[in-house]
Amino acid sequence: MEKIKKNRLILSLSAGLPALILLYHFLQRLVNYFTYNLLGLNPDSHFGTSVNFFFYDTIKILILLFVISSLMGVINAYFPIERLRVYLTTRKLFGLQYVFASFFGAITPFCSCSSIPLFIGFVKGGIPLGVTFAFLITSPLVNEVAVAMFLGLFGWKTTLIYAGSGIVMGIVGGFILGKFNLDRYLSHWVKELQANSEKEAENWEKEKTPFIDRLPAIIKEGWDIVSKVLIYVIIGIAIGAAMHGYVPENFFAKYLSAERWYAMPLAVLAGVPMYANAAGIIPVIQVFVAKGVPLGTALAFMMAVVGLSLPEATLLKKVMTWKLIGIFFGTISIFIIILGYLFNWIL
Amino acid sequence: MEIKILGTGCPKCKSLEKATREVVAQNNIDATITKVEDIMEIMNFNVMTTPALVVNGKVVVKGRIPSNDELKQILTNKIYII
Repeated sequence: MEKIKKNRLILSLSAGLPALILLYHFLQRLVNYFTYNLLGLNPDSHFGTSVNFFFYDTIKILILLFVISSLMGVINAYFPIERLRVYLTTRKLFGLQYVFASFFGAITPFCSCSSIPLFIGFVKGGIPLGVTFAFLITSPLVNEVAVAMFLGLFGWKTTLIYAGSGIVMGIVGGFILGKFNLDRYLSHWVKELQANSEKEAENWEKEKTPFIDRLPAIIKEGWDIVSKVLIYVIIGIAIGAAMHGYVPENFFAKYLSAERWYAMPLAVLAGVPMYANAAGIIPVIQVFVAKGVPLGTALAFMMAVVGLSLPEATLLKKVMTWKLIGIFFGTISIFIIILGYLFNWIL
Repeated sequence: MEIKILGTGCPKCKSLEKATREVVAQNNIDATITKVEDIMEIMNFNVMTTPALVVNGKVVVKGRIPSNDELKQILTNKIYII
């Protein structure tokens, strides 16, 4: 890259980042001024607070999403997945490989179209199926969109619980699935690949483009993610904002309280086939929680929606038999249900 | 020059193909561009993240869409290609 361009990039970064932080910091005051002074809405009315809530949450989440996606892009530029594969295949890790795989799944930006090449790449490298599953469980569950939405709507504690338990579930789930000897349920051609798997060389092929030259593309990709989910964020938060103002307190408590034990499995089973965009559904769930649904039940439902989905199952069909997909989904569903009860018990 | 774009058909793969075609046309690069969608064939290149860009049989970019500037550098100067 030419020097002028590089300087311009550094300049716009050093101006843009503080501007974003300032905007985030003063956002509530700005939005208050906009809705109550400029638009002249009444801060005591349902409508006024709903509009305020809508603008504040939407902008906040978009800032978070942009920052988190860009950050993940940067991390991935330094630790590409190939590096993990080399690491997992060349070292004795004494069980830690499940931890690495699950963590990596969390920080890798998830794209469903990459999950099959990833899966096969792992199998080809001779990585055990259980470790691959650890990655496969966490990767969609803890993704940039879900994390940004949780941070914006539920605060950092709930986000930490969600992401942390997601990673732990990946580790434990991968470990247990690994013990079942499931390799025989892989698709035929994958089994052949597995038989011919070879250990990776010590080094992975490094990208030849210097990091600074890749930065604009990384930031652009962060922006692309924002613009792709923008409409879902707006719709989700609009519905949430509307419900927030008009649904009475404790409205859901009657039906979905923690005392009703069957609420949990029902919530999870309803969530598995759903492929709602995390961006669209988390704002709605947030209102459910505000109106009396226990947080554990809501978290379990979200995990089922985000982590497991029918489109994912059909993708996995290319590499697994239905039986294996069933075992995979069944195990994770049971885990999520147990986690949900645990959340309700502790929180 | 022989350019291949590896991708199972996700939106990102399509935008990489579009960007590559643009850069090739704009800079009058003599190249044939093929899109590889078959997963078995993609795996022969040993990439785990799509889309990927292959120039003369060598993977030069994987798992991301480079900017048009970077693409131009890759395809004209060949400075990043060994």
